[in-house]
Amino acid sequence: MRLSPHLFAFASPARFYALASRVTPGLWIVSIVLALIALYVGFFVAPTDATQGDAYRIVFIHVPAAWMSMVLYLAMAAWAAIGWGLNARLASMFARAIAPTGAMFTFLALWTGALWGRPTWGTWWVWDARLTSELILLFLYLGYLALVESIDDVRRADRAGALLAVVGSVNVPIIYFSVKWWNTLHQGASITMSAAPTMAQTMLVAMGLMTLAFWAYAFAVVFKRTQAIVAERERHARWLSASPA
Amino acid sequence: MTSATTVFGAILARDLRLAARRRVEVLLPVAFFVVSASLFPLGIGPEPQTLRQIAPGLVWVCALLATLMSVPTLYATDLDDGSLDQSLLAAGSALPVACAKALAHWLLTGLPLTIAAPLLGLLFDVEPRSVLALAASLLLGTPVLSLLGNLGAALTLGVRSGGVLLILLVVPLCVPALIFGSGAVVALDSGLSARGHFSLLAALLILTTLLAPPATAAALRIATD
Amino acid sequence: MTGRRSLIVRGLACSRGGRTLFHDVDFALEAGDLVWLRAANGYGKTTLLRALTGLLMPDAGTIARPGGDAPLYYVAHANALKGDLTVVESLRHHARLHAIELDETTIAATLGRFGLHARRHASTRALSQGQRRRVALAALALGRADATWILDEPYDALDAEGTAIVDALLVEHADAGGSALFTSHVPPAIDAGRLRILQLDAGLAT
Repeated sequence: MRLSPHLFAFASPARFYALASRVTPGLWIVSIVLALIALYVGFFVAPTDATQGDAYRIVFIHVPAAWMSMVLYLAMAAWAAIGWGLNARLASMFARAIAPTGAMFTFLALWTGALWGRPTWGTWWVWDARLTSELILLFLYLGYLALVESIDDVRRADRAGALLAVVGSVNVPIIYFSVKWWNTLHQGASITMSAAPTMAQTMLVAMGLMTLAFWAYAFAVVFKRTQAIVAERERHARWLSASPA
Repeated sequence: MTSATTVFGAILARDLRLAARRRVEVLLPVAFFVVSASLFPLGIGPEPQTLRQIAPGLVWVCALLATLMSVPTLYATDLDDGSLDQSLLAAGSALPVACAKALAHWLLTGLPLTIAAPLLGLLFDVEPRSVLALAASLLLGTPVLSLLGNLGAALTLGVRSGGVLLILLVVPLCVPALIFGSGAVVALDSGLSARGHFSLLAALLILTTLLAPPATAAALRIATD
Repeated sequence: MTGRRSLIVRGLACSRGGRTLFHDVDFALEAGDLVWLRAANGYGKTTLLRALTGLLMPDAGTIARPGGDAPLYYVAHANALKGDLTVVESLRHHARLHAIELDETTIAATLGRFGLHARRHASTRALSQGQRRRVALAALALGRADATWILDEPYDALDAEGTAIVDALLVEHADAGGSALFTSHVPPAIDAGRLRILQLDAGLAT
């Protein structure tokens, strides 16, 4: 796999640290602005749904959060695998930095799912395929975090985490398939949290904006966390004391 | 460098011989299996219809937990007394070690659980046909659990509170086996065909047998490096 | 006993927990070599030995074993013995693991040599520390003559008699064309002419 010279240059923790310091403030601003717009559109501009009333509005947070949780897990596994295979320090640090954010989005997806379920189904939780898969994804995240935190040797923790994340990634489609199977078999008419088939155009806009806001937020937070990890691991390196925090 | 099959055979033979000297310890997972399953009627109530309905899933969950609880000791003693090093050294690769351990674990835990399952079927008044299906699903499913438990044990080798951590790591990966396994029996109970479930379970077993040992070997390398 | 090399190490470097233990380690083992690796505590002797066996990945450097199919045996700090197995069973397992052909006379002779004959059917759990060490070392005697031995503190827990057995074992192994590298806190009672000393600091000097 040939990486462009530019990318390789930032593969050094020192270069990345400087890049992150420059870029992160802008990401925060983008994220907050987009989120505010999305919230406004989602809560006030989009029309009330014919069947689900106002309760369905939470979907514009729930769906992007669920997407992020999935994508971040794969990103985490990919970076961890690169760090393990190519012995790239920064890649392993990325993976570690992504994990808590991914877990947070999973939790957000579950929580907003519950908020949606309450007025729609009368219960705080339903065991539909998507929510159950999301719950298992949360367990996968927690497992990864627990494993890397329990191992004292940093190199071993990174590698063990990488292996676990890759194994998890391979399993996620299998788990999703089995949960779907389980759900449709046990309840004749499946209970799903899928949004109404025809969603208002404006709601889709809100969802899109929220997704972008989440992406910007994720980048900002992951960069910041990676900086902290770099600072901790490379604390003996001279370049750190020279640069501003 | 000794051939992989020779190392595999040596480790398997040794572990089985060691287990024969500790027969009580080998039966502990089975005891846990029966005891934990028996808690449910006490907690839920003795209504036969309810118990018959929840029996497949309940037995499967208890089997899963019993399997995972006996896994941590798989490698821990080998690490402490230095025999893991010798095994890895002789083979030059961790793969025969991983395979031997997984098979030994299944023979000593999974298989006894499968044999004990009909007893639980009796406790829960499950129909004979369903008991057979339950045993068959466990026969196909417990190897998957052993293989995945093996992977978890290798990942958490030498880690503090590795036992509980292992369960947290491995349980999500075991969900498909649980769903297909207990689902097969539930399907039969409802008068549907369990063929789809069993096919999927068999496919899962093949996939796990092919992929888990190399992953476990990699995990062993990571842990002993 | 000249020229035939069993182990060639170039530029070996290892670190643990961010601290460099050693770097630029270069040396070679030849048939008939007896090498005593010396270093103060904490200087990475065990790490170096594990790297030589291939159980540990070094940070840098190469380890070559040009000796064809000559095996490598490793005796670590831990004896690799299972408490529930008897002495004879432990030796048989070791032999099986390393594809060593074993017959009754060889086992009996080895047990006798290491003073274990009387306890041969005892569980290793019932043995003293020194006796367990003897079992681990007895396994070495079963292997091939041209093998490379990597021994971590072989004299540990041994009494005067045990120590003498190991001294004789090492010399005999070297005479038969094998090679051995070992660590020890006390000087081995081996003729200075037969013994090579490797001093490990952050580098290597013979």
